Formats: sequence, C-alpha cells, structure tokens
Amino acid sequence: MNVRSQVSMVFHLDKCIGCHTCSIACKNIWTDRKGTEYMWWNNVETKPGTGYPTCWEDQNKYNGGWEKNGSGRIQLRSQNKGNALLKIFHNPSQPTMDDYYEPWTYDYQHLFNAPEGADQPTARPISMVTGEYINIEAGPNWDDDLGGSPVYAANDPNLEGLTPEQRMQLQATERLVFFYFPRICNHCLNPSCVAACPSGALYKRGEDGIVLIDQKRCRGWRACVAACPYKKTFYNWNTGKSEKCILCYPRLETGQAPACFHSCVGRIRYLGVVLYDADRLEEVAKLPNEELINGQRSLILDPNDPEVIAEARKNGVHDSVIESSQKSPTYKFVKTWKIALPPHIEFRTLPMLFYVPPMSPVMASKENGTLKHSSGNLFHDIDESRVPMKFLANLFGAGQEEKVRYALRKQKAVRWYRRALTVGDVDMETAHQMLSQADSSVEEAEAIYQLTSLCTFEDRFVIPPMHREQAIQMMEDPMEHKQSTGFGFVSAPQRGA
Amino acid sequence: MKLRDAISWIKDESDPKLRGWEEFYRNRWQHDKIVRSTHGVNCTGGCTWQIHVKDGIVTWEMQGLDYPMLEHGLPPYEPRGCQRGISYSWYLYSPLRVKYPYLRGALLDLWKGARAQHDDPVEAWKSLVENPEARARWQRARGKGGFRRVEWDTVLELIAAAEVHTIKTHGPDRIAGFSPIPAMSMISYASGARMLQLMGGISLSFYDWYCDLPPASPETWGEQTDVQESADWYNAKLLAVMGSNLNMTRTPDCHFAAEARHNGSKMWVFAPDFNQVAKYADEWVAINAGQDGAWWMAVNHVLLTEFHHKKQIPYFIEYTQKYTDAPYLVELTKSGKGYRAGQLLRANRLAGYQAVENGDWQFLMWDRNTLRPKMPKGSVGYRWANRETGKWNLLLEDGLDDSTIDPQLTFLDAGDGVASVEFDDFGEARNVFREVPIKRVQLADGSVVTVATVYDLLMAQYGVARGLGGDYPAGYDEENQAYTPAWAEKYTGMNRDVILRFAREWGVTAEKTNGRCTVIIGAGINHWYHGNLMYRAAIHALMFCGCIGVNGGGLAHYVGQEKLAPGESWSAIAFAKDWYAASRLQNAPSWHYVNTDQWRYEREFTDYHTVPIHSNGLAHGHTIDHQIRAVRNGWLPFYPQFNKSSLEIPREAQAAGAQSGEEIAQYAVQQLKNRGLKFSVEDPDAPENWPRVWFVWRGNALLASAKGHEYFLRHYLGTHNNAIATDDIAGGSAKEVKWWEQAPQGKMDLVVDLNFRMDTSALYSDVVLPAATWYEKADLNSTDMHSFIHPLSAAVPPAWQSKSDWQIFRELAKKFSELAEKHFPEPVKDLVATPLAHDSAAEITQPAIRDWMAGEIEAVPGKTMPALKVVTRDYKNLYNQYISFGPLARQSGLGQHGTHYEIQDEYDTALKSLPAVEWEGERYPSLRDDAEACNIILRFATVTNGELAWRSYKNMEKKVGLPLAHLAEKNRGLRVDYKALQARPQRLLNSPMWSGLTEDGRPYSPFTYNVESLVPWRTLTGRQHYYLDHPLYIAFGEHLPTYKPKPLPAQYADLRFSKEVGPTKMLNYLTPHGKWHIHSTYGDNHRMTTLSRGVEPFWINDKDAAEIDIVDNDWVEVHNDHGVVVTRAAVSARIPRGVCIQYHSPERTYSVPTSPLRGHKRAGGHNSLTRIRLKPNLMAGGYGQFTFHFNYWGPVGPNRDTHVLVRKLPELRW
Repeated sequence: MNVRSQVSMVFHLDKCIGCHTCSIACKNIWTDRKGTEYMWWNNVETKPGTGYPTCWEDQNKYNGGWEKNGSGRIQLRSQNKGNALLKIFHNPSQPTMDDYYEPWTYDYQHLFNAPEGADQPTARPISMVTGEYINIEAGPNWDDDLGGSPVYAANDPNLEGLTPEQRMQLQATERLVFFYFPRICNHCLNPSCVAACPSGALYKRGEDGIVLIDQKRCRGWRACVAACPYKKTFYNWNTGKSEKCILCYPRLETGQAPACFHSCVGRIRYLGVVLYDADRLEEVAKLPNEELINGQRSLILDPNDPEVIAEARKNGVHDSVIESSQKSPTYKFVKTWKIALPPHIEFRTLPMLFYVPPMSPVMASKENGTLKHSSGNLFHDIDESRVPMKFLANLFGAGQEEKVRYALRKQKAVRWYRRALTVGDVDMETAHQMLSQADSSVEEAEAIYQLTSLCTFEDRFVIPPMHREQAIQMMEDPMEHKQSTGFGFVSAPQRGA
Repeated sequence: MKLRDAISWIKDESDPKLRGWEEFYRNRWQHDKIVRSTHGVNCTGGCTWQIHVKDGIVTWEMQGLDYPMLEHGLPPYEPRGCQRGISYSWYLYSPLRVKYPYLRGALLDLWKGARAQHDDPVEAWKSLVENPEARARWQRARGKGGFRRVEWDTVLELIAAAEVHTIKTHGPDRIAGFSPIPAMSMISYASGARMLQLMGGISLSFYDWYCDLPPASPETWGEQTDVQESADWYNAKLLAVMGSNLNMTRTPDCHFAAEARHNGSKMWVFAPDFNQVAKYADEWVAINAGQDGAWWMAVNHVLLTEFHHKKQIPYFIEYTQKYTDAPYLVELTKSGKGYRAGQLLRANRLAGYQAVENGDWQFLMWDRNTLRPKMPKGSVGYRWANRETGKWNLLLEDGLDDSTIDPQLTFLDAGDGVASVEFDDFGEARNVFREVPIKRVQLADGSVVTVATVYDLLMAQYGVARGLGGDYPAGYDEENQAYTPAWAEKYTGMNRDVILRFAREWGVTAEKTNGRCTVIIGAGINHWYHGNLMYRAAIHALMFCGCIGVNGGGLAHYVGQEKLAPGESWSAIAFAKDWYAASRLQNAPSWHYVNTDQWRYEREFTDYHTVPIHSNGLAHGHTIDHQIRAVRNGWLPFYPQFNKSSLEIPREAQAAGAQSGEEIAQYAVQQLKNRGLKFSVEDPDAPENWPRVWFVWRGNALLASAKGHEYFLRHYLGTHNNAIATDDIAGGSAKEVKWWEQAPQGKMDLVVDLNFRMDTSALYSDVVLPAATWYEKADLNSTDMHSFIHPLSAAVPPAWQSKSDWQIFRELAKKFSELAEKHFPEPVKDLVATPLAHDSAAEITQPAIRDWMAGEIEAVPGKTMPALKVVTRDYKNLYNQYISFGPLARQSGLGQHGTHYEIQDEYDTALKSLPAVEWEGERYPSLRDDAEACNIILRFATVTNGELAWRSYKNMEKKVGLPLAHLAEKNRGLRVDYKALQARPQRLLNSPMWSGLTEDGRPYSPFTYNVESLVPWRTLTGRQHYYLDHPLYIAFGEHLPTYKPKPLPAQYADLRFSKEVGPTKMLNYLTPHGKWHIHSTYGDNHRMTTLSRGVEPFWINDKDAAEIDIVDNDWVEVHNDHGVVVTRAAVSARIPRGVCIQYHSPERTYSVPTSPLRGHKRAGGHNSLTRIRLKPNLMAGGYGQFTFHFNYWGPVGPNRDTHVLVRKLPELRW
C-alpha cells in the first residue's frame, strides 16, 4: 500500500443552474491576460451539445487519453515512444483555432469618437488576434442552452448507441431536454498530460495531487494539449507556454476554496481530500471498461481504517490531512453513497472530479393534439425521465447504465422519504421500500439530504491544511520568510526560457 | 520527503526547490484590500460582494459569504452573486466607460455662439430653444455621433440654464426625470428625484412602466407587491413556477428551489419553451404561450369542486371565511333574462346600519347564528374612520355592537332559492346563464334586493354546478363549458389529465401542510395584455387553499427589485417631503403613451380587448379618452398639469384676489370648469403641453425600457427612426383629445443622461455625464429576494472625472441656485395637482363614477377631482435644501403604507451626533455626502431603527385596536448604521410597513402579519379580494375571475403596414429576461458577449427556421410596423413553433448592422418592435385599493402580445 492524499471534487449536476459564474470567477483572476483570452480553465457546457473545444469528447478526432494496446498495457493515444519526438513539431491531434474560437472585442471607442453622420454609429466586432473586423462564428460557449439544436445537440458524441427514436426525441420540442455540465481540470490520478510532456514540465503535487505545468520548464511543445482527453490544458501564445487549471492552489494553500467553487451559486460543488493507494494505479488503469468505476472506487481508501492511517503517516501525510480526509464530503458521495461518478473514465486518466448525475422532467407525448405526461406519480420513476439513460451512461458510466441508474434511484428515494416525512401524502412504508430498493437507508437518506440541501460553505469545502511552513522550511527558515516575503522584483516567465 | 513515483510515467513532485516557480500564480492572487459593495442593477439579487483592489485598481470581485444564517432547517444564503455581477469590474477601465462629460457637438457649437452673445446663460438657452432651426439642428443629430468632451462647469451651466428657462417659460412640471427601481441604489435614485421635487419637476414611475407591477396584487391585496424572500421557497412543498425562469433571473436564489426538491418538494414548471428552469422540474408543462390563465381557471374549477364542495377541507373553509371576501354579499341586478353580479351591498342601505360612519364603505356578511346580515370590522370605512377608531381589524365581529359573526359562505340550501345569473364566457364570445343561490334582503327604504355571496358567485363563475340549473358543465370532460379541464385543453394544449393531477396534488399538499404551496411567477405572465387576469386565477388557487400569509405558501412574484426596505425615511428624502408637502409623481405608462403619441397609432381598444357583449359605454372608446377622464377625476396624475404654467396660475389667482392656498385652488377649479384652464393631457400635441427637459440616470430610458422605442425617437427626440406606421390612425376614434392632423416630432429640448457606460440612452442624449460605478460610491441596496440590506462602497474613488449621482445632482442644484439668484430672487408659489392617494382617506371618495365636467357631481379637489395644493418654492436655496434633512420631516413625522411615527427626538439627537449643515441661521442633519445620506435613511427607518418600528406599531394599534407593539419589543434598542452594513450583512427588523415577520431567523413571507396579528389588508373589505366591484371592472367583465383571449395579431395592429418580402414567417415576439445581461447592463461587456454569441440572438424553432431557409447563426431581419431588428438566429427545437424569443434587452450600440428593409439604416433593439397599449380598467381611482399610488396602481406597460415578421437578411451591411 502506498497511501497518498489527493484533493478531489464532486459537482452535483442536479443542482447546476448553468450560470457560468464559476467560469468568470476563474477568468477574472487567471486568464484575463494577453495570450490567455481563449482559455477557459473552467467552462460550463450544455448537454446534449458539442462543448468546448468543439466535440472534445470525440477521441477519434483528438486522440486524447489512454488506450489499451494489444499486450494489455495502456499507452497514450496521442503518441507512442516512436513518434513522440516527431509529434513535437507537428501534432495533428491539436485543436485548432476553429475548434476553440477567435477571441473578439468591439470597437467601443467608435461610440465616443464617431463624427456626426447620417446614421447611428455602432461598435463592430474586432478580432483580438488580427485586430481586424470579424464575423463571429464561434465562441467558448456557443451551444449554450441549445438542447434541441440540429447542429449542436444532435452532434453530441455521447449520443453513440442511442436508438434512432431516442435521438429523434431529443429534437422534438415536447420531448427534448438539456442539462449543464461544468468542467475544470480533473486533476487525474493517471494524467495523460503529465505523461506526454517531453520537457518534464508537468507534475502532480505530492501533497495534494494538483496537476501543474511548470511555467519555467515548459517549452510550449503542446503535447499535453493533445494528450489531455478533456482538453483542459491550453497553449499561451504570448508566453509560449501551456497553462491549465491550478485548482487555485494559492487560495487552497490559505484555506480558501478555489474561485470557481467559492462562486458557485448553485451550491453544486464539493471539495475534500481522499486517501488512495498509489500502488494499484496501474492495475486499475488497465481494467476493462466495465470495471473501471469500481476499480477507481477501490483505490480510494477508508480514512478511518487504522492500517490506512498508518501507511499514510509513513508516507508523510500529515495528521491534520488525515483528519481532513475523514470529514471529506467527496468521500461520502463517491465511496460511501456511490452517487457521484467520474466523467468518461474510459479515457483511463482516472479523473478525481466526480459528478452526481441530474434528474430530469418526466417524459411527455402528444395524444389527440394535447400533451400528456408519461407518469402519473408524484415523482416519476427515473426511467420515465427525459434524459436517455444511455446518454448519461456514455458520459458518466463508461457506457454502463447501471451505475447511473443506481445514483439516480438513490436520489429519487431520498426525495420520496423526505416527502413522507414533511408532507405525509406518501406513507412512510412506501418511502422505506423506495430506500431499500435504492440500496439505501433512513440514516443514509438523512445524510444525503443534509449534504445536498442544507450544506454550508464549511460542509461543502473541507480543505486540507497545506502546512506551508513545512514546505517553506525546506528552502528557508519560515521566520525569515515571514520577514521578507513579498520584497523583491517579480518577473514574468519568458518565451522559451 | 520524496515520494516514490506511483507509475513510472507520472511525475509526482514534492521538492519545494523545484517548485519555486509556483509563486507565479501566488503573486497574482495577492491584493491590497477588500471592500464590500454590490451592484445597483435591478436584478433583485442584492448580493454582497468583496471587491478586490490591487495597486489602487479594482482587479476582480468575489461573493461575500458572511450572511447570517436564518432559522434551523433552511439552507444558507451563501454564496449569492451571478455571472453578470462577477463581470462588473470589466466596465471600470473598459473602452466603454464614460470618463468625462460629453455634449453633442452641434449643441456645443450653438451654445458657444449663444453664450458669446448673451452674458446670462438663461438668455443664451432661450435664444436657442426659441429658434426652431437651431433646436431642430441638435435634435436631428441625436444618436448620430459627434460627441465632444467638455468641462463640468460648461455642461452644468447649460443644464441649469435650461431648467431655469423652462420653469420661467412653461413651469417646473415640464422638467422630468426617469430613474428606475430605487431599491438597487437608493441614494443615487434619490439624488435626481430630490433635485427635481425641490424644483417642482416630475418623477416618472418605473415598476408599472416596466410591467413589473402585477395589477392583481393591488386588486387582491391593496399591496403594490409583497413577496417571500427566496429562502422561504424551501418551505414550500409544491412549487409551481410560471413565467419565471429562476436560473436566468433569480440566479443567486435558484438553489433554494433545487434544494427544496431534495427535501421532498414537488416542482412544476409552466413555460412554452423548454427553458433553463424546466431542467429542474418534475413536470414541465409545455403550455401554449400566454394561456396560463386558462390553466389556472381549470385548476380552480377542480379545487372548488373537490376540496370545497364535494369535500370541505376545514382548514380551507375557515381560511376562506376569515381572510377573504368570499362571505360578503353582492347585489344582483336585473339584466334581460336574469341577473348580473353588481356591487357589494353597502351596509348603510340597511336600516340597522344607516347611520354608521363611512357607511358607503361598510360591507355585509350573512351571520349564520342570527340569520341576518352583519357588518364586520376591518373595512376601508373603519380604516379612515374619525369616530369609530380601533375597529380596523380582522376579528369576525360586527362593527356596531362587537357581536361575533359566523359567516355564511353559501346560500346553497340556506337561502331564498336561486336566481339565474348571466356570466361572460369571453373564450367563446357568448354569455351563459347559471343558477346561483340567493338571499333577499330588505333595505331601509323598504325595497328588497337580491344578494348572493361572493363565494356562490365564484362557484358559478368557475362552473361548479352543485346540483344547480343553467349552463353548468356536467363534468370535467365537458369541453364547451368554461372552466373544466377539458375546456382548458383547447387553450393550453395540455391534456386534461395533467391539469387534473396538478390540481389534486395542489389541494392535497395544501391540505396536509396547511397551505405550503407556492407559485413563483414573473414577467413571462405579467407582460401579457391580460396579465392581471392570469395572476388573479393563480392567486385564487392559493386563496382557496389557505396558502397566503403562511411560510412556504403564497404568490412569489419577482419582476424588478421593487422592495425598498427603509421606505419611510428614504421617500421623505427622495421626494423632498422633508421640505414640501406635495410631490409630482407621474405614472410613466400613461405619460409615455400620451407624450410619445403612441395613442395616435391605434383605434378603439375594443379592437383587441374583449369586453362583455352587453357592456355599457364604460368599456368602449379610445384609451386616450379613458386616460383623460382618469386624470380629470383624480384617478391618475398627469404632468404637465395644465396648459398654463403652475407658477402662473397662482399669480393670476392672486391678481384676481385669491390669498390662501385654498382660494388659489378654488380659482383654478373655476378656471377648469369654465374651460379657461385645461388639463395638458387633453391636448398633448400642443407645444405648451410638451415635456421639455428630461433627465435619465441609472436606467436606459430610451431603449431597454422604451416600449415603442422608435416612437420615442420620433416624437421625443426628433431624430431618424425606423417606424413605418403613420401617426393618423386614431383620427376619428379618439373623441375627447384635441386632434392635430400632424403629430409634433422632437418635443424634448434637452435630454441629459448620467452613465458609467455608453449605452443607447447615452448615445441618443444631448449630454452624457460620467457617473461613478458601483464600486466607487456609497449607497444602499435592498431587495425582496432576501431580508438583508447591503451597502455600496467606494473600493476606489470615482475614476477619471466621474462623480456619484448624488454629487452630480448636488452640483447641478448648486449651479441652479446660482442662476436663481437673478431669475427667482423671491420664493414663488406653485400650484401642484395630485391624484387621489392610496393609503389616505382619498380611498373612500368615489363610491360611483361621476364626472364633474359633465355636471354629474360638484368639482371638489381631492374628492371628485385631483387635489390642488399650493407650495412656496425657494429656488435660490434649492442647493441648501438638497444638502439638508428638512424640518417638515421633524414636524410631520414619517410613515409609509399607511403607517406613521414621530421623529422629533431622533431628529434632535441626529443634529448632535451626526454631521450637520447650517444656513440662514438654522441647523439641519447633513445630506451633503452620499454616506451621510445613507446614515440618515438608516437612522430614521423602522427596519433599521428598532425604536421607530416600535413606535410605528404603537400607532398602528390605535387604528387596529389589537396589540402589535410586541412585534418590535425585542428590537427596540437596535440601530444599524452604514459602517455596520459594511462590516456584515444586517437583517431587516420587523416593521408594520411590511407584512412579513422576520424575528428569530424566520424567513420573510408576506401577509403573515395580517394572518397572525389580524391586521387587515389595505382593501375595501380589509380581506383578500376575489371580487372586484368597481363599476369599471363590472363593465369590463373583470369583477369576477375570468379568461380573456389573447389579442390576435390582426387586431393588435403590429403588421398593418409591414409587407412580406421573400420567405417570411409571422411569429409571436417574446422578450423574456436573458442570461447574459440584467436588462441591458452587462450585455455589452466582454465577458458576456464572449459567453454568448456576440449579439443577442433571435431564438427560433428549428422547423420554423427551416421553412424560411434559416440555419443557426444566420443573420435575420425581424420587423413590424414599429421598427426593425437585425441579429443572428439561434435555432433550436426548445422553442415551440409560432413564437420567437429575443431576450431583453440588447443595445443598439454594438454589433448591430443596418436594415435593408429600412434603406440600410441602423437596425434597432428589441423595443423597436414594441408599442405600448394600456388597459383602461386599470385606471380606476378613489375607490379602496383602486386608488393611485406611485408604482402601485395604474395601467402597466405590457408588450408580450406583439407579432413580428422574420426573414433571412439578404445583405449584411454595417
């Protein structure tokens, strides 16, 4: 056993309102500079939809993540030992500007400066790349709310395996649906971006698992961009270096939630540390698709198990971090309740961001010219919902509907139980039955309810203490650091340096 | 320690030496200070924000998280703040920021020339505005570029000169100001309003103009709007969300709804499109657009049938008896084959009650014990009683002898038989006759009247047969009788089973939880022409099941940030009531309808408004004529008042021998009667009746809120416009208004805009003044979404040459006072006409409609016509008054919503403990600086000063006769000041100004005060009203809840002149609130344009689009008679066929190409396609809850019934 700590995350999609406040919180702080205009370390997608960059989930197009080769080992899709060097100079799997978008602004000053004329002046869009007038054809959130779009929703890569009827349903006004899918770097346990870097500039932080690109060591080869199946590393054309979500480590290190977590007004985000067994990573990453979810769960260790605690201590995990892992909300969602699932685990990077799949309205149909709902129950069964189970399974279950069904059924059962308790038009016996069918109990339902609905900031974000004094001590006396930090000249990273 | 690598290819790094570079991102995160502020943007958010400052520059904002928790078992409020709010810091240093004062070049040149010729700036302005060529020169240039940067002094002098000239020549009521929604930044609102009201100018309303005001709220409750804070949604066990897209418009609060579901609440969403909030719904009701009224009428049919008739749920029945007008007796009047429902029977018509005080305003119930009519307490007659005080309460007791009343709800099997009563079926354009149980009552004069209870009339109207004869439906499946579930199918498109199931879930939930059903409702309903009827139908479902005035229940109407919590002290300052007893407060819908000449573009309102088949003359004619009558009768205000200056009339009157204010008023009455003096509204196109100077601040009056935008450009501004309708349509159908063959273009002499960004209103104004942003000034913000009050604070000083609104109007007041030294050396008398006012005894002035001009009744100011008051204005001290909290407040005390409390001791203490100013030998608490004004408001309001709340309750006890002061006992020692707000969000205290209660962390829910403390609603009976017996309502067939069809496009006349060119589709044009802006703010900033599509697109159904060859992101040209929009298409099946959406509200200032259909002129904004139409029955006045108050009552500005033509743009040209 090789026990490590990792900051992990849960996004509760049933609560996501698709507001994008998270995206802007991040952009304001981190990617508002020259060279980063098009970067959205945090973005929110409408599903079904093609996302950003467009169709990023389609690895036939982008060749991101890992694949199993003939000998049962896993290898990067974007390169192998033979062609890695070659691909430094030309990597055909790189997204192009067309896959992202051409950042633009407007000629706002024209409104102030236009001389008096025959017509009203207007500020035309201008490319931030060329400075020329531009025809806006794409953006980082182009298919926002475009469920039911014949161009975007209809081309979602997760529609694979859906019946023609199900696909049609997603294009019919009375039967369609959409939901939101916020994304940041998954800070994976088996990050393909790290593995792909020819300069060794990417690494996972030992103490918390945050994946970073060293802004001094990066040479801008962009192998990480191609290798990341989630397209969450970006090339800064100004500095010549790649950048990515840093999980706001300057905030985490000071006990504050990452900006996108802090600002989430849907209150959908949870963050906590988990302990995992690094020795079994490779074994799990190689499992067949249908075993990946269980495999990843098995990596996450019980933080109250004395053996785990002892091993963690041996590895230098601080007691305070172990304590933090015992309160981790993500542990509960992922491991205890099993209602949070990894996105596209078949990419085999073992993402450490998990999603609680969303419920959706009851299906409707047209009969004699009027609309009818397909269930007469107070809360309809999850299989009568509008989002096809297969679609969710493709996103969160490596294609297996059962994993998603389990997560949804449990959520529904909690609702029935709370209904019985707070209204009483459903009898408690029925509610108990629902719970047991969902592999749950009254105690668990109460716990799920509390953390879903009543959670405070402190419940949602259990940030492990970062013990910066110990890290600093390895370089200089923390007392000296206290006295001198901030003095000195700051210089930005330079291209190639 | 060095960890061993987990897998050979993954690099784990713990060595701090190799991680030294990590300081790169740590350096970015550093900042110098954090300041608390918020956004003044009418979003209702009212979120607390941390503004981060580095190097003296605002770098970004993050939400504040330190809201105190409410009671146990509720989710916390944190974090609050949305994608728009968090993008605000972009504006501060953006190229869109207005950094300096700007003046239209053409005007600047003329002004310089005139100043060279005239030493006196007032003379210089006169020389320009009285020269038609010069005036037209700068009017034509409006909106067409040519701005020039000018010095503050130059521009302030020009504006002040225009003000002085206008007052001297036309009177002060030709100077108007528009600034919306004070609650979002109330000091900034108060700045311009205070200057104008000290001057005698006009403040234009906003809540009704925006169509945010739900008329059903005053109709039912006598309340502008009072709603639950969002935390209380969590207490609801059934949430019905209609016309309100919580994700979009209640972004920071949406989680309460999401979280309630996990607590077992059921959520229904009603929307024609699959919108964002539909994602949360258990059931999305894809209802046909604008047919929500039909849905709720059928729901009520089921509720009455099953929960009131077949079963009688005790909680529902008791609630109905105690808190609604259902038991009251209505007089049935003979009509052809049967009867029609008439007015409530007045108590003084019965022998026993003939002598009762205010007997025309006392009403009757049938007592089951004594078997006779009794007169319950709580009526409006008791509210304004002078002798019989202490009887304005909800005890079921007779006002005369205090005997108890056991109200008879129905005369079914308990009356004198049945009568056949005629009901309107507007859907089928016919009348039906239904039997109603009746009682016969003998009157004092010996005659006998036939009466029915409101309850029985409701049963009949909703079609609950109860074994009675007539045109009742036989069952739920009868399609041809209103209002069965089968009937509703035709209109809603929803299967009867869904309606039935909803109604039953509703009833059962309310029964099991004592009323925990909540309707969250918004603009998507309110913006229809018949929005009031749709609201009323939903409200009835709440009332039938006892859902009003309980936590977790009620009508959660959210459209606009209308709740200004510290209302008493704020309104004194904003409307200069601390100096003058009369203000000029104008309902904007009427004002713009009349002054932009939009009335000229339509004929009789019955073209589109269905009225009863046998209606009397009250329900016919042209809206402008109804408007004129409403002003004449004192129902609605109108400024300018008269075709003569309001300063001139007192002079004339005095010359004719009048001395007192009353004599001057009498002189004016005589003049009005003999037509020597006329109301301006009678002849709005005559130059002497035009508004002349217009200030716009904190709003986008010329586009985002300008319904009929192109008519604003045409008739106010006199510049180019894209309307193709001609202005002669009303010719022949408008009778009372003076008809001019040609409508004037360019009524406004000067338009001044205060702004931090160059929006459309700024672009079209003559003067643009640089306003401080929300991170650069002190102000206050409150909302109905939560129960905290927030500060705006200066994280950095106003950038470049900008100033806060409070400073700008203060400086303008100073300049004005300087010019007044010469032009108004002495105080002047001003005759102020004001309408009959709600929450005053004027509520009981007009029991019937009588026209004094027709000689039907005596002309009595304040009773049968507007009140006329003379005030003496001191123009040369206007600046001094502006900066001083005036003596009238100390003398008269404060109050709002009919409350009152004394402040003399607090005022005198403030003189010592707060900054003061001194002039002409007197000292006053200072209002000089923004923060000082904040502190005065907080010190003198009940929600932030516990002692004053206690006093206000004490006073209310006298009216009510029941104990109330205990509600403030705990908080008597509490005071909140500006610094306290900056330290942490502070919760509002209990106050009788508001109807919800907040003690011990209880979430605010409206009318809990009424239900629990038995304080009446401010209505005729004091109860919640199902029945609206005003003669206008009876004439319009809206006395009972009803369904009226949507105006059809042909009748609504949006497409009289427009032609189809190429493949074209006609669609119903919806403009709900959008995702990337709050109204027009934020929409033009870089974050929002990037996350959307760089334009505000035109959303269209995929099949509709395909039929006219449009694919996603194509440019489209959308047009009707009023104007044109050119934008890009967003194509999706989430939009139903037949409707289209352009989210409110785009600017014309960015990304708008020209329109080929309009000769390649710049296309417009969403309001280029709208035109305002007023609903005449919403003009009633002087009658209980139907009595005017600013932003409370009057016709609203609906715009949702609009139709447009759309085609692919043939040629893109900029």
